Amino acid sequence: MDKEQYSKLVKKHTPKEDRFLNAVKAFVFGGLLGVLAEAIMELIRNVFDLPILDATVWMMIIFIFSACLLTALGVFDKLTNFLKAAIIIPITGFAHSVTSAALDYKQDGLIQGIGSNCFKLAGSVLLYGIIGAFILVLVGVLINV
Amino acid sequence: MSSLIFKNVYINDTASIVGPYEKKGELSFRNSLNDFYYNEKTFEDAEIKMQRSVLENLLFQNNLTPQEIDLVVGGDLMNQLSATSYNLRDFRIPFLGVYSACASFPESLIVASNMLETRFLKKAIAITSSHNLTSEKQFRFPVEYGALKPKRSTFTATGSLATLLSNQTSKIKVESATIGTVVDYGIKDTFNMGAVMAPAAAKTILDHLRDLKRDINYYDLILTGDLGEVGTNILKDFLWQNNRIKLKNYQDAGQELYRSDQETYSGASGPVALPLVLFHKILKQKKYKKILIVGTGSLHSPVMCNQKHTIPAIAHAVSLEVIS
Repeated sequence: MDKEQYSKLVKKHTPKEDRFLNAVKAFVFGGLLGVLAEAIMELIRNVFDLPILDATVWMMIIFIFSACLLTALGVFDKLTNFLKAAIIIPITGFAHSVTSAALDYKQDGLIQGIGSNCFKLAGSVLLYGIIGAFILVLVGVLINV
Repeated sequence: MSSLIFKNVYINDTASIVGPYEKKGELSFRNSLNDFYYNEKTFEDAEIKMQRSVLENLLFQNNLTPQEIDLVVGGDLMNQLSATSYNLRDFRIPFLGVYSACASFPESLIVASNMLETRFLKKAIAITSSHNLTSEKQFRFPVEYGALKPKRSTFTATGSLATLLSNQTSKIKVESATIGTVVDYGIKDTFNMGAVMAPAAAKTILDHLRDLKRDINYYDLILTGDLGEVGTNILKDFLWQNNRIKLKNYQDAGQELYRSDQETYSGASGPVALPLVLFHKILKQKKYKKILIVGTGSLHSPVMCNQKHTIPAIAHAVSLEVIS
């Protein structure tokens, strides 16, 4: 049996993932999370009488904080089993990836441990996010010249 | 020819400890942890402590001092075999470290048995351990990271097990062994360890039968290491399609350790899974006389996988005879 035939054999016996169901779950729960965010934002805007931009920032801080706290309490990874990508894709997932990596390297010290490892997963998002933003700004400037 | 026959090597005793998941699983154990920390600060320290406890228990059960042991052979999944070497620094027993991932236990048995067969050494211990979270950290994502696991992935067992081997006759004889070869069928999927290891298991089983001129039905049971549900099905199909061999008297340790409702996906893995099932289920049942254990190890490293290499695997086989 060569490698090609073998990969067919493997495919035959490997269980299929419930992609459609997972996507539906992520869509529904992700959507609900969006509704919740909107509600929190409106609440902050009305109660504290803040402009919409400030209220958005506060809402995001609340989300980031909750994600970090749930990660530290060991709940977040259990939630993803149920909610799928709904909480991994938004900013909660980014906060979660930083906190979980930091927790892993807590015992390795502040510099060699947390410092050099906490962006282990989130590093790519930051790097390519910044590069992407730079290119977009460049394009924006060139168009407006 | 890569098979060895042993005339006077016996397994005298074992000691083990398991983690919280294994305790709730299919089999019953005397010693277990309540959480993954085992009263230590880090998971790594917990794994070292597990190994220390089984080694101490094994010596205690047999009224032995460390000086009476001539050799310890063992390994684990941590980089540089940290769990085993850090454990053994307190014992002053000569030590050989082995690494073949989840095939480390049979490999240790082979090395120790071969040394004992010469009669230069009198007593040897084979030891292994794995910890779900130290290996998760090392091979995959941070422990608390909620990465979604596909159904084909396996779950590293937590626990440690040590066995005492000597020339002293006991109920379990190490009869023969086959040293495996590295096999690579071009799988790159780090979640599908069953698919990576199945051809290695097949190769070693076939080599063993060929070298010792035995039929597959010679054995009352063939127990593979940790292929899991996916790997088991692949192995059966692979042996049938290539060699027209039907695996009948067959079990996989990966499928025996956990209950089906424990969310462990395709099954258990880790070097400790095979000996746990062997000593706490198979040998306890007293059903089988001739047992072939085939430890299967996926020799992947995250660095090589990131550099787009395929994953090699190895399997070592040891034949055990239960003397009644």
